[in-house]
Formats: sequence, structure tokens, C-alpha cells
Amino acid sequence: MPTATYADQSVTVNDEGFLTDPGQWTEDMAPQIARTAGIEDLTPRHWQVIRFMRAEYQAKGTGPTVRVLGKTSGVTIKELYQLFPKGPAKTAARIAGIPKPRGCI
Amino acid sequence: MFVTQSRDQWLSPRPATDQQNDLVKRIVILGGGTGGTLAANRLRRVYDPEEAEIVVVDRDADHVYQPGLLFVPFGRADMTHIVRPRQRQLRSGVVFRQAGVDHVDVTADRVHLDDGTALGYDALVVATGARLLPEETDGLTGPGWMRDVFTFYAPDGAVALHQALGRFSGGRLVVNVIDMPIKCPVAPLEFCFLADYYFRQRGIRDRVQLTYVTPLDGAFTKPVCNQELSGLLTDKGIELVTEFNTGTVAAGTIKAGTGEAVGGRLISYDEREVPFDLAVVIPLHGGAAFVERSPGLGDELGFIPVDPGTLQAKVKPNVFALGDATDVPTSKAGSVAHFEGDVLVANVRRFLAGQPLTGAFDGHTNCFIETGFGKALLIDFNYDTEPLAGHYPGRLGLPMLRQSRLNHLGKLAFQQFYWHSLLPGRDVPGISSSMPARGKIRPPVPAGADDRR
Repeated sequence: MPTATYADQSVTVNDEGFLTDPGQWTEDMAPQIARTAGIEDLTPRHWQVIRFMRAEYQAKGTGPTVRVLGKTSGVTIKELYQLFPKGPAKTAARIAGIPKPRGCI
Repeated sequence: MFVTQSRDQWLSPRPATDQQNDLVKRIVILGGGTGGTLAANRLRRVYDPEEAEIVVVDRDADHVYQPGLLFVPFGRADMTHIVRPRQRQLRSGVVFRQAGVDHVDVTADRVHLDDGTALGYDALVVATGARLLPEETDGLTGPGWMRDVFTFYAPDGAVALHQALGRFSGGRLVVNVIDMPIKCPVAPLEFCFLADYYFRQRGIRDRVQLTYVTPLDGAFTKPVCNQELSGLLTDKGIELVTEFNTGTVAAGTIKAGTGEAVGGRLISYDEREVPFDLAVVIPLHGGAAFVERSPGLGDELGFIPVDPGTLQAKVKPNVFALGDATDVPTSKAGSVAHFEGDVLVANVRRFLAGQPLTGAFDGHTNCFIETGFGKALLIDFNYDTEPLAGHYPGRLGLPMLRQSRLNHLGKLAFQQFYWHSLLPGRDVPGISSSMPARGKIRPPVPAGADDRR
């Protein structure tokens, strides 16, 4: 299984770079993961979304979709795209160390 | 334990129930669509009248065969053929109450109707489906709505689109799913396939640019099926635009002064644009409006969180849900409501008898995918197994994940099955609620696949 090193810790990741064990994640890994997604600085607004993603994952076992984030995170969808231009739910989930939000079918 | 309401607090649709003793349970079913109707009929069959009163509440009297809406824009079905009276689909002994729901008070076990009356219940079944929310997308219901922007997911939209397609003589037709979840997630793809067929039959296919625009990262979410459906789009010359989250639908306009027509555009949140002359949009979906007015009942989109196996709502043990109204991780489709019916009825019964719930829904979903030229695909899957090739319901059945005439005939025949077998809640020999594993061809497990999990 592929591994990556963030904040001097080795973590296991899947083919798309999502941590396979959210328990391995620590907050000091986030800035480094963010840079691999092209986000240089994590602002307090980024952190609001990242912490929200983790809380939702812990409560429900899956990260929220963009639409649910827009309704519940306190950040509008427009701003979510400014914060995480390459797809907010996916990118924020990866930075937050949780699995890619399940695509509904 | 649950406590039966004292009968004098009930405002019953039938005065006779005031005389009933507490041994008579009341089951209230909200919604008289696919799930509500089949649940009511199955429950009516398993309970004697002196054991349970079964009340179905719906705000209107028309039962629409929703799979038929796909064919309306192409003139292959008209509304008179796909609508029947709701009440006529209910067995005798089921009470039909035509009223809107204001809210459900889950603490008091009572449904408040919009005519000011209230209905107490021993068990509640929420089957109010999904609601279209076009107004939640910027510009969607603006000046272009029902002019060059349509949806076939509602009867009026499907009829208006039929007229618009008739007038369409060429240009850019886009089919756009705004976001998931939606009812029948394969229907937008079927629309593309049928549009290709329709324009070929009219002899103008070379003048029509067809584009499918989806928020997903492929034509469909499940890998084997995605490959098959993406291939079909390519074969039919339909362009695929993925990971497109529509923020705004800008309708076409006429330039002042020059009178030049300017086409419309879909604009994504990350500022990509897809131009169109005619847009067929599947709006955002949410649960019924009363769910938002009922504290604790629904999630942020208005769907009912339930145990995906037992279909018991998380809010309270005497509340159940089925069909599109739930949050279970499978397709919002009539076949799901059908397969859930069995489990739901068994569990409502066990709950009312004070027994532990046993029945477990496995996420079984089964869809015909119309591909044009008198052919269709069939897919069959559940929570754990993606759609695979093979035959359904067994080795001698219909071919799966392969276009065939037989599947097309199956899809057409399904409407009769729907009215006469599915809604009445009859069991069909050979068709079980749980997904059949026989007849499915499983892909070989790649070497080392376990290591990558």
C-alpha cells in the first residue's frame, strides 16, 4: 500500500492520496497535504471547513458533499470553491485525512 | 415501549375509529406514491381490519408512473397513459386521506395536516419521496425556464419539453444533472440515448450537438457500469463533461438593437462554461417540505435517516421510511421501494407486536436503461455488489449490462407489472427482495487487490 510522509509521520494513503486511516491524521499534517493540492496557506476559513469535515465524518462515517457543506458548514458553495478550487468536498476531505465523500448513486 | 394515544385525542378521518379499543393499531403512511401504496397494500393484507387501521395521506389524487416521464418528451407516452387515481391503487380497507402534511410531531406521535386536523399513530411510515428544487440553483427558474431550459422530471416539464423538441431543428442540446442525489440516476443518460435516436429518426442528428454534463467523475459511479455507459456515450457521439458543479444557469437572450440570438450557458462554481441552445436540467432534489418543519425527522436535505437494513428511522422506533424519502445509500428508484416493501412490512409488524426487528434490506436495486433503437440494458446491484454482467434473475433470465431487444420489451412491459403487481404488493415467483447472486459474472480480482484496500 502506498505511503506518504506528512509532518515527519509515515501514513498509508490510497491511489488518490486519501489517508486510509483517519486515525493517523494530525492537524500539523494539514498544511503539507494542502500544498500538494495547490493550496499554499490554510486560512481560518479553510480550517473551519476542515474541522467541520472531520466532525461530520466522525458523526456519520462519511464526509459531506459540496451541497451539504454549503448548507451546514457556515461557508457558502461559492466561497468553498474559492477556498478549495479543485473541488471542495474532495480536496477538503483529503486535507482533513478522511475518505473521499461517497458519491451518491 | 411506546404508548398508544388516547383515542379521544385523535381527529380521525373515520368517526368509527373513536369507538375502537386500544388493540386496534393505527398505521399512518405519508405519501401515496410507489412506496406508500405498496406498503399500504401489503400491510392491509397482513392485518385483519380489527387489528389495524391503515391510513394513507397524500396532498393530491394523481398517481404518476414516473418511469413513463422519460418517454413523454419524445412523444412515446402521454400523460393520460401514465397517470391513474391514487385511491384506486389502494386495497379496500385502506383509508385514503387527501391533505397536505404540515408537520409531524414525533414526540406526540401525531401528524398535523394542513387542513388543521391531526392524526395520531402507533406506527408512521414516511413515503413522501423526493421533491424537485429548481429554485435552489441560480438562474434555473429565470426567464429561460420552460422556454429553452426544461426538466422532464415533472409532468408539466416533460410535456413542455416534448413541444420544444418538436420545434428544435438543430444546435446544442445539453443534459445537466445539477447534483446528486436524484431520482433514477440513469434517467438522464437514457434521455441522452433516446435524444440521439430521436434526432436520427428525424434525420437531423448531424445538426445536433449532444452533451451530457455531470457533477460525477464519470458517466456513472459504479466502475463496471461506468465503463459500459461511457462507451455508449462515445458510440453515439454524445460529449461527456464531468466534475461540473453547476452554479448558474444563464438563459439565452436576444441582443438589444441587433436582434441577434445569444445562446444560454451553464456556469460551474469553478467558472467553466457549457453553452446551449436547449438545456434539459435535472434540478436539485430534497425531501418533502414538511420534513423540514418536523424537528428531528430529516437530515439537512430533508431525507429521513434510517437504518439501511431495517428501515427504522433514527429519530424514533415507531417511525419507518421507504423509497426515495430515505437516506439509504442506494439509488432513488421504484425498484428500491419495491424491494424495501417486504422488509418494511415485516418490521412494522414486529415493532407493533413488541418484537425485535429482523428483516434486513440489502440495498437491492434493479433498473432497465433504455438505449434507443428499441434496445435497453439491465443493471442489478445492492449496497455491496456493483452492477455486473450476466443474467437476471438467474442464468436463463434477461441479459445484464448488455443492450438487448428483450430488455427494451421488459421495460415496456414493466408499466403493466407496476400497476397490477408491484403496487398491489403481490409477490412475484422468481423475483426476491434480496439481490440474486446467481447469474452474475464477477470480475477477476486483480492480483494484490487485497493489499490496496
